[in-house]
Amino acid sequence: MVNTQVTLSGLVLSNPVIPASGTFGYGYEFAQAYDINCLGSFSFKGTTRQPRFGNEPPRIAETASGMLNAVGLQNPGIDRVISEELPKLRRVFHKPVVANISGFSVDEYAECCARIDREEQVGLIEVNISCPNVHCGGMSFGTSPESAAEVTRAVKAVTTKPVYMKLSPNVTDIAAIAKACEDAGADGISLINTLLGMRIDLKKRRPLLGNTTGGLSGPAVFPVALRMVWQVYEAVNIPIIGMGGVASAEDVIEMMLAGATAVEVGAANLVDPFASKKIVDGLPQAMERLHIENLSDIIGGAHHG
Amino acid sequence: MFDTSFEILSNKKIAQNTWEIVLRGDTRGIAPGQFVNLRLEGFYLRRPLSVCDFNDGTLTLIYKVVGRGTEALAALPAGTALDVLTGLGNGYDTSVSGPRPLLIGGGAGVPPLYALAKALIREGKTPAVILGFNSAGEVFYEEEFRALGTDPTVTTADGSYGVKGFVTDAMELDYTYFYTCGPEPMLRAVYAKSVTSGQFSLEERMGCGFGACMGCTCKTKTGHKRVCKDGPVLTKEELPW
Repeated sequence: MVNTQVTLSGLVLSNPVIPASGTFGYGYEFAQAYDINCLGSFSFKGTTRQPRFGNEPPRIAETASGMLNAVGLQNPGIDRVISEELPKLRRVFHKPVVANISGFSVDEYAECCARIDREEQVGLIEVNISCPNVHCGGMSFGTSPESAAEVTRAVKAVTTKPVYMKLSPNVTDIAAIAKACEDAGADGISLINTLLGMRIDLKKRRPLLGNTTGGLSGPAVFPVALRMVWQVYEAVNIPIIGMGGVASAEDVIEMMLAGATAVEVGAANLVDPFASKKIVDGLPQAMERLHIENLSDIIGGAHHG
Repeated sequence: MFDTSFEILSNKKIAQNTWEIVLRGDTRGIAPGQFVNLRLEGFYLRRPLSVCDFNDGTLTLIYKVVGRGTEALAALPAGTALDVLTGLGNGYDTSVSGPRPLLIGGGAGVPPLYALAKALIREGKTPAVILGFNSAGEVFYEEEFRALGTDPTVTTADGSYGVKGFVTDAMELDYTYFYTCGPEPMLRAVYAKSVTSGQFSLEERMGCGFGACMGCTCKTKTGHKRVCKDGPVLTKEELPW
């Protein structure tokens, strides 16, 4: 019998598979397809203080081995997430959930995190300082070590649950930003958000997305994400949630060998609603084939000769 | 939502740039006005296509070849297996149609009205049908609608077949309710000319097709709606036109 259990800052997960924020809603659509309690956890849709419509359409474009999205943090706002979405979520998912919080000011991050911290179902807070699809906020906090540290400190001062800072790959030195978050008190690092990209409609000769640019995800970004998890693992001593193009149990193992303690699955959920379940189901077999008894033993394993 | 495997029985061109594909597989839970989402080898995102017709073991879809994905689909021979998500979207509500509903389809928006016409006739109603196309070469399913017992009016923008003009030029009819699907300018024109309540089937670029990614959200009078999950069918009262 193999053991798939991992622990994120004291939060025990039966397996490391976590559907990523923005690809899993609040869980209900997937709960209609399968029992989502087989997942380690899931990260719910990025939540802001105010309700947001998001960007004008089109918000989605296809790419080679992936997709661009420019949803722009559409969400009902923290009040309704707490009063409406969490009670519904509780009916379909009985494990601690990852709360993904975004914002447009340091105050907003702190206020939303403080409020979500009090929700019993929340096991971990993932602070999104890396959304590429909103202006004045989002990614701008995650592109300098100073502002990333400032958000981390503000959130840590008002929360009791583990705080993971979700970083952008659209930077020159992600390790320096991760280190700044660690020094500011972050309990862990979550990476990567999407890579900034765009497509042009050949017939209209105009950008295909309503927002001009969008975030690239899917298997195309996996090697970039893996490299960044590797670099951040070398730079910090706090746990990492790795993500970016993960589509199989083997990808999960590869991410963990690079340094991830848990692994988020994003775009794969959108093309196959059963993707995360298939990855969970495939882990024991992949582990046996690769002679892995305890999955947690391999975290960062590729760094050590 | 079901994730099932279908086998292509036939896949043929029926009009200019327009193909009809017939699939064999599990059609449980499919309703008129819904769509299915096809996975194609070599393409990352699925292709959403409206349900044109279905019975116990076969599913008929009609699609326009507009890009590389639909070109690849058109090249698939009979016997090919396709991964299909079925039972997507809300579908039409036939309970509110009254005895003489009007069905107005434009171009690639014609197919979902075929399954709807069958359902309405089965309920004892007498649908009137208007089918709009750009030109004679694009006309399809006129005979199929006639075989159901309806008397479709065909319009072409260039006058090369049927009534010259747009679908709205043929709307001088007595009807109790309407259902429409087609390009947005046509839907807006139908909205403006209609004298009863009705249902509009919308189209938007989608990520997942089952409500998870918020890629296809639109604004309505009753809040933000996901075209794939809360739609694709919205009522006249919901649209902010």
